[in-house]
Amino acid sequence: MQSLMLGAATGVNGGDILFQLLAFIILMLLLRKYAWGPLMGIMKERQNFITNEIEAAETSRKEADKHLAAQIEELKQAREEARAIIENAKKQGEAQGESIIKASRVEAERVKESALADIASEREKAVATLRKEVASLSVMIASKVIAKELDERSQEKLIQDYLQEAGEAR
Amino acid sequence: MEHEAPIHTFMGLQFNLSNVLMITVSCVIVFLIAVLATRALSMKPGGMQNFLEWVVDFVKGIINSTMDWHTGGRFLTLGLTLLMYIFVSNMLGLPFAVAFDHELWWKSPTADPTITLTLAVMVVVLSHYYGVKLKGAKRYGAEYFKPFKLFFPLKLIEEFANTLTLGLRLYGNIYAGEILLGLLVGLAHKGIFAGILGIFPLIVWQGFSVFVGAIQAFIFTMLTMVYLAHKVADDH
Repeated sequence: MQSLMLGAATGVNGGDILFQLLAFIILMLLLRKYAWGPLMGIMKERQNFITNEIEAAETSRKEADKHLAAQIEELKQAREEARAIIENAKKQGEAQGESIIKASRVEAERVKESALADIASEREKAVATLRKEVASLSVMIASKVIAKELDERSQEKLIQDYLQEAGEAR
Repeated sequence: MEHEAPIHTFMGLQFNLSNVLMITVSCVIVFLIAVLATRALSMKPGGMQNFLEWVVDFVKGIINSTMDWHTGGRFLTLGLTLLMYIFVSNMLGLPFAVAFDHELWWKSPTADPTITLTLAVMVVVLSHYYGVKLKGAKRYGAEYFKPFKLFFPLKLIEEFANTLTLGLRLYGNIYAGEILLGLLVGLAHKGIFAGILGIFPLIVWQGFSVFVGAIQAFIFTMLTMVYLAHKVADDH
């Protein structure tokens, strides 16, 4: 028990004090080198790793957001383009149809006019021919009348005959 | 339970060889635990590494609760070693005590005031050393006259009181625990009936001693950090 009391008859255990101090300091230095150092190193490393991972995740998320926004923008643009194309096509179709209708109308008009012109010229030709025939007949009749010098009755009869003849010939 | 200590004189110094043995055993155990736990370090900790990282975080928590990390970070190694060394020391005396030739050889080294006071003095001396180193001699000295000059004697007494309470608290708790364990075991010498009756309080007291040992290790480390913070912190 004596050693357990301070200032006992045996005195203070100077050796114990020295040994405890040395042992503790050596233990602390050894642990710092072989245990705490590496352990704290890896804890620090993990902390850095986590920080980096979080940062990387944040960056990639931002990038993904950016990509998404770009995609949406592109989609909108494509839709706009498609609508414009459809509208254009519609307009073009309409215009083409209209022009076709107009052209056909003009064509029909032209055809009709030419037909009318044909009819008129045919008629004129016919009239001219008729006229010519009538003239030559008249000349023929006249010459026959003159050549025969007949009595009034036979003359009358002759005229009637010729006329009939002419009429039949006609 | 009246055992003598195996005291031998060597080079004019008195060595309690029991203490020397137990200090060595404690140091070896702490070293083995720490080194074995940190042999296979990995980013994904498992098993012992996890436990040791928890201890590191625990001590970090103690330091952070007393001072800011910028000044306190350097005491992490000290705190870790103190905590584990004192805890292991406290536990050593629990399972058995070995007496040889009426000399007590196996016990907690912390059940000796010489040992605990050595640790306490070491801590207090360190606190003064860091106080001068980090704040400068002038501001360190000025601390003794705050809040006014009349406090100087009180502050001086406080330093010694701190040292004594820090060391003797640990010693008292562990020594008392071992004495009571010895008494309960000693019941067996009084007769078989008393021995059987004594087993139950013995188990309870051993469990409690584990608790006390852990608490005392924590308190010693905590107070170490408080005293260090008291000396090195700019405001408190």
